[in-house]
Amino acid sequence: MSSQTAKKARPLSPHLQVYKPQLTSGLSIFHRITGIGLSAALPVIVLWLVAIAEGPAAYATFNDYAHSLIGRIFLFGWSWALCFHFCTGLRYLIWDTGHLLDIKSVYLTGYLALAVSTLLTVAVWFYYL
Amino acid sequence: MSDPNRSLQSPLGRVRGLGSAKAGTHHWILLRATSIALIALIFYPLATLLCLAVHGDYNDVVAWLHTPWAAAGVVLFLGFSFHHAALGLQDVIEDYIHCKCARPAALFLVKFGAAAFTVLGTFATLKIMLGA
Repeated sequence: MSSQTAKKARPLSPHLQVYKPQLTSGLSIFHRITGIGLSAALPVIVLWLVAIAEGPAAYATFNDYAHSLIGRIFLFGWSWALCFHFCTGLRYLIWDTGHLLDIKSVYLTGYLALAVSTLLTVAVWFYYL
Repeated sequence: MSDPNRSLQSPLGRVRGLGSAKAGTHHWILLRATSIALIALIFYPLATLLCLAVHGDYNDVVAWLHTPWAAAGVVLFLGFSFHHAALGLQDVIEDYIHCKCARPAALFLVKFGAAAFTVLGTFATLKIMLGA
């Protein structure tokens, strides 16, 4: 990590440019991406609680932002990210117990996670709207 | 001895800190433990809060948060969520940021931000629960 002399950037063999995209790698990177997105959205939830705490006027302002087009898009994206991160997260937890680690199960649970997360998002919006 | 390029640091000092981190199991366990806790915390506090916010009005949300179950659930959700997020983001930062100054700065910001927002959210919830 620390070095007295400046290191020249050494050439790397191609990796992301040549590796075939697969369900496993795709779900993995999306689990990470949704995780980062959800982390960015958490402070918004806190600010929402602060708005509730500060009274009906502040809450109404927050509600106006939430019901705008951008607000609805954000809310939909956030709910989908939560469902996706949740379902793929369950998949990781199952792997941690040592189960379903063969290729066939990995792909089966992968498609299942995709399907369930989408259905869950649709169900939430259908039910709540 | 008279070499002007010789470092003030001893040979031992120059190698200390390099090599294996020797620690990381706790981080790994906590990430899984917070995930499991969050399974329940998403289904109860978060879902109820969202449902009330969408279907009910301001007074419904406040009335629900007056109960200790609801307030405790929300505070627990915040605490576990931010800790889970901080642990996860720590993994991301350690994977992608290698610059000597940017890395600890980013790690600090994430952990401080998580703690700060948890405290802010807890105080907001307490104010709702105890207040008017």
